[in-house]
Amino acid sequence: MSSSRPSDHYDSPEPIAQPKLGVGGYLRFFWRQLTSMRTALFLLLLLAFAAIPGSLVPQRSSDPNGVVQYSTENPDLYKVLDWFGVFNTYGSVWFSAIYLLLFVSLIGCVIPRTRHHFIALRARPPKTPARLERLAAFTSRPFVANTGTADAATAVDTAARLLKKQGYRIEVFDDSVSAERGYLRETGNLVFHTALIGVLISVGVGGGFGYTGQRVVVEGQKFVNVLGDYDSFNPGRFFSGDALDPFRIALDKFTVKYELENQDAIGQATNFTASVTTTEPGSDPRQTEIKVNSPLDIGGSQVYLLGNGYAPTLVVRDPDGNVVWTDSVPFLPQDANLTSVGVIKVPDGLAEQVGMVGFFYPTAAETGSGALTSAYPDLVVPLLTLRVYTGDLGLNAGEPRSVYALDVATLTPVAGKGSDLPSLELSPGEKVDLPNGLGSIELTDVKRFASLDIHHDPSQVWVLAFALLVVAGLLTSLFIPRRRVWVKVVAGSIEYAGLARGEDPTLEAAVEDLAQKHAAALSLRLKS
Amino acid sequence: MTPSLVTFSLIAVYSAMAVYTLAFIAFTVDLAKRSSAAPVAVAATTASSSAAGRATALLERVVTDQPLAAGRSRALKAAMALTTIGWALHASAALFRGLAAGRVPWANMFEFSLTATAIIVGVFLAVQFWQDLRFLGAFIVGFCLILLGLASVNFYVDVIPLPDALQSAWLVIHVFVAILGTSFFALGAGLSVTQLLQARREAGRGGPGFLATLPSAEALENLAYRVILIGFVFWTFTLIAGAVWAERAWGRYWGWDTKEVWTFIIWTIFAGYIHARATRGWRGSRSAVLAIIGFSAVMFNFTVVNLFFKGLHAYSGL
Repeated sequence: MSSSRPSDHYDSPEPIAQPKLGVGGYLRFFWRQLTSMRTALFLLLLLAFAAIPGSLVPQRSSDPNGVVQYSTENPDLYKVLDWFGVFNTYGSVWFSAIYLLLFVSLIGCVIPRTRHHFIALRARPPKTPARLERLAAFTSRPFVANTGTADAATAVDTAARLLKKQGYRIEVFDDSVSAERGYLRETGNLVFHTALIGVLISVGVGGGFGYTGQRVVVEGQKFVNVLGDYDSFNPGRFFSGDALDPFRIALDKFTVKYELENQDAIGQATNFTASVTTTEPGSDPRQTEIKVNSPLDIGGSQVYLLGNGYAPTLVVRDPDGNVVWTDSVPFLPQDANLTSVGVIKVPDGLAEQVGMVGFFYPTAAETGSGALTSAYPDLVVPLLTLRVYTGDLGLNAGEPRSVYALDVATLTPVAGKGSDLPSLELSPGEKVDLPNGLGSIELTDVKRFASLDIHHDPSQVWVLAFALLVVAGLLTSLFIPRRRVWVKVVAGSIEYAGLARGEDPTLEAAVEDLAQKHAAALSLRLKS
Repeated sequence: MTPSLVTFSLIAVYSAMAVYTLAFIAFTVDLAKRSSAAPVAVAATTASSSAAGRATALLERVVTDQPLAAGRSRALKAAMALTTIGWALHASAALFRGLAAGRVPWANMFEFSLTATAIIVGVFLAVQFWQDLRFLGAFIVGFCLILLGLASVNFYVDVIPLPDALQSAWLVIHVFVAILGTSFFALGAGLSVTQLLQARREAGRGGPGFLATLPSAEALENLAYRVILIGFVFWTFTLIAGAVWAERAWGRYWGWDTKEVWTFIIWTIFAGYIHARATRGWRGSRSAVLAIIGFSAVMFNFTVVNLFFKGLHAYSGL
């Protein structure tokens, strides 16, 4: 037993000799140190401690904007922390080192224990100790064998049957029974620890085969699952482009339900539903819904609804009334009442290139200072205001430009802030002239958009399966008692003793219970 | 309809707090009486067990039925009766709140605190059928009273509908199991604190007199271990259920969100606690300290992380 456990396990004997070590000896010594309980415990607690900084400062993975903000607010501290990789704590060298060492230590512990457990599973219960009264749990019942050894044999046989019925593996000796049970405890223990390794490997390796991507889809538009149709795309390490499952999602309608009755929460959105039509090769189009907490499973990927907003549909005409540009432009929400900001770029068709920065108020209201704001997130009194700029939009230089940003520094304001004219104001269905006789712009409609996250992670099911094994292993390893018990006929009495292997708070009760049941069964047999 | 239910709930909360206050006083009176009545020489009853237990397995004898008459103190009986009444009021407060909101009563900081303390006291009462842990009454009731008071005064918010992200069956499972785990960790922490005091006294370094009427440090450690094991299983489940829910709601099962980080930290600390029990040199007071650190981390996760840390679990409602 002691050989399978780390040398400093509570149950193992104290170490004694300290021989001189060679190179191999030192390697073995360090391996022993690494796989010792004390080191494992130290690494475990160090892991807990090392995880703390990542919760104190924003992380690049979960809060990239927070990191940028942190760097502008605390530039000096940022440099130091960034050098230590604190903004990427859970991918940092030191954090990885701790958990990798921990898992190496774990593997070094699991392998010998598995080997030992295989042997133990096939072993017979050991010989009955000579002096049972020395064991942890001990009790005895008076018993006088009447007719030579026949009664004693009956007593042993009764005990053997009883123990067998209780799930013990038994070995009968002349005057005693040796029994052991609870092998599942160690099995569970090994399953628990192996499954933890399984979780780590699934996350580390399996995650590399997946991808995540984002796409904003306006009502009436569709998304096709090809690389070029994503707004942003993050492939895993081992991802290859042909792993994209072919499917298409058309956003038919996006509905939001608002709380209307509860005075404390008027206007709080309580339900977002994206009604979509999905198309996969070889099957008919299917109408379905995507909601928060209820993603769409399609072609081995999951599609999540993670954001939404308004997309005003605008038509720009030249002075002769010819349509030169039309689009539904997603505006990014800025607050809870969906005051939204968007950018419109009209590079061709007018006398000059025109850029516009638009502010959209679903329910326009004036603040005390006269500025516009939105008072309610639904479309009650929708209003679009536009600042208009002319000049070179920089689209012809071949550099990639964000569709959500307009660099106004090089442009000339012609309406709104910085110009002589006020911002253009438009309600749905209204048309106004652009300044300087450039043409006109019309707000024909206000649609909603949904921002979809498309995730593909083939390792996910593996992680879940291993996690469930973790729980199963945990339950069996913690709550199944592993124990040996002995029943022995001695002169004038029968002795019952139990020995726990691992934590076993109910050992004494179990031995007492065994004695009682055995005495009852025995007296029944002897009387009949 | 709804406003009156909310009012009922609040009335019940304040009544429960009043009754708990009386229960707390009665528990402390009991402890004081134990101190004055405690016989001087009960120490060193278990001193011999360590030598005998060396070579074989763990020689645990959970000392449950203390031979002393402390359990029959009138103050203690009154305290338990008051706690039961207080708990009935407390539970109905949570129930009314849930009825008023038309959902489970744990969707913001006030409701978390209300329901969590109700479950902690409930677990404390239920556990008495298994082991006599009434001596933890002052600790548990005092702790819940403070939390409940803080919550009612500082965290109170009106009933509002659930945000979309919380509308899931996992809200019921994940949060409820997390609270259950917390309850057992709370009991474990109380036992571990007592264990540390008891170990001091057994080492001859003094301590409050009522310790003489309580189980030995070793017995307390065994009890704490068993209680924390249950908490650990619940916590493991919470972690996994949370990951499954996060996958549904946020599109990833694990993202090192601040709350996720702290749930992980707590899991690791208690995993360490369980291993400490099996490591030479870590049994006894050291593992007790780990249990207390673990529970402090739970409370930190519940209060500071919920209120001040930025993250996706921003449901405090404040």
